Amino acid sequence: MSGLRVDRLSYAYGAKAALQDVSFHVPQGAFCALLGRNGAGKSTLFSLLTRLFTTASGQIEINGHDIGRSPRKALKQMGVVFQQPTLDLDLTVDRNLGYFAALHGLAGREARHRIDHALDRLEMSERRAEIARNLNGGHRRRLEIARCLIHKPRVLLLDEPTVGLDAATRAAITRHVHTLSREERLTVLWATHLTDEIDDTDQLLILHQGRILQDGPAASLRGPQPLPDYFLAQTARGAPR
Amino acid sequence: MISYLIALRAIVTREALRFVGQRSRFIAALVRPLLWLIVFAAGFRAALGLSITPPYQTYTTYEVYIVPGLCGMVLLFNGMQSSLSLVYDREMGSMRLLLTSPLPRWWLLFCRLLASTTVSILQVYTFLGITAVYGIRFDPLGYVTILPALVIAGLMLGALGLALSSLIKQLENFAGVMNFVIFPMFFLSTALYPLWKMAESSEILHDICAANPFTHAVELIRYALYVQFNGPALIWTVIATAVLLALALWGYDPTRAMVRRKA
Repeated sequence: MSGLRVDRLSYAYGAKAALQDVSFHVPQGAFCALLGRNGAGKSTLFSLLTRLFTTASGQIEINGHDIGRSPRKALKQMGVVFQQPTLDLDLTVDRNLGYFAALHGLAGREARHRIDHALDRLEMSERRAEIARNLNGGHRRRLEIARCLIHKPRVLLLDEPTVGLDAATRAAITRHVHTLSREERLTVLWATHLTDEIDDTDQLLILHQGRILQDGPAASLRGPQPLPDYFLAQTARGAPR
Repeated sequence: MISYLIALRAIVTREALRFVGQRSRFIAALVRPLLWLIVFAAGFRAALGLSITPPYQTYTTYEVYIVPGLCGMVLLFNGMQSSLSLVYDREMGSMRLLLTSPLPRWWLLFCRLLASTTVSILQVYTFLGITAVYGIRFDPLGYVTILPALVIAGLMLGALGLALSSLIKQLENFAGVMNFVIFPMFFLSTALYPLWKMAESSEILHDICAANPFTHAVELIRYALYVQFNGPALIWTVIATAVLLALALWGYDPTRAMVRRKA
């Protein structure tokens, strides 16, 4: 099955359950917002999706590849932007992208071509020799997003990618990824706790206390209610689906 | 296979660039053994007379004796520095980038190990260059035959650093590693005194020194520098490398709870 599929996933830190029986499917080309309060289990879910952790309970499929059985094929299909910045601030923009490309087996002309393309898309070609530390927060984030596309993944995972950015930059980055998803038919899972980053047409998953409370189109889930009110009402009740 | 080599080159280059960019780290790595050589060894020259034991064929001054141990010291401290930088990478997030690459994790960690060993060896050769200028010179062939010994010893100490980095939860815990791993490993070895000298003062200390893998790494380097081969030291060092590497891979296994909280 293409896109992203999670089936009956559970995970615990010792006796403390972090995720319980989590299941959902994001079809190919869909933008799915994973909405949850701090501590809802979003980062644990991302660690499992990216195979930083593994669990025996449940199954994850990335574009048809089971991450437990074929981790390398699954990781190849995946582009990730972690909540914590992962740029090497002491290296240039160009070297950061080249390093990432090499970790995905790309070098030489092919890598150069893809890096050029990534920088052109960001309109950052002139800044390629600049040290990453000199970029502002918004540019760093955009660079990380461009970087995660270099190996042409089909599924993008972004864990609260707008944390610490101002409102205008947040809006620009959210718009940018929505456009990417639409134009390149990329499956996107966008974790956030900010409701203004979600469009009515997005698939909405509400994660609360390690369980999926709601899964469906944002517009039909919220109905006439503004999304923030709907989200607060859902998580205040806390009843699992 | 090509993708493996591309990743190896990128990881080694990144580590080398970081090292070159951190001049203070480079200077510190050289100042430490040079202080031992110039200050410590000068003070102990009169106190410690060394008899003629292999690989030495003539009476050897203390300054000459401790050079291989100080080469080992450079490798040991750089292995720990690399461990520190792995813990830092994990806290800063760049470790995630490495671990989510579609290449096997064992290969990625081995690349990191090889990268840190390369940097260590560059430092050792710089140190040997300075000692030559200082007046302590060895057989020119020794500078070639020492290379494989430095590679094996560097891999062993790098693997130790890798294993420790998987066990250390926070950067703050690193001081403990200095006190409980690096210093005992260095002082309870043949880096500063030969085994027979240690036996004169304490049999227990002698036995601890004889079992310390760092002793064997230093002896491997010492013999190689005199264009001689020390089989038992090689076997000990290779076994220790394999065990430490297995421990490091186990430490970075995604199914393990220890990594879960930190990765």
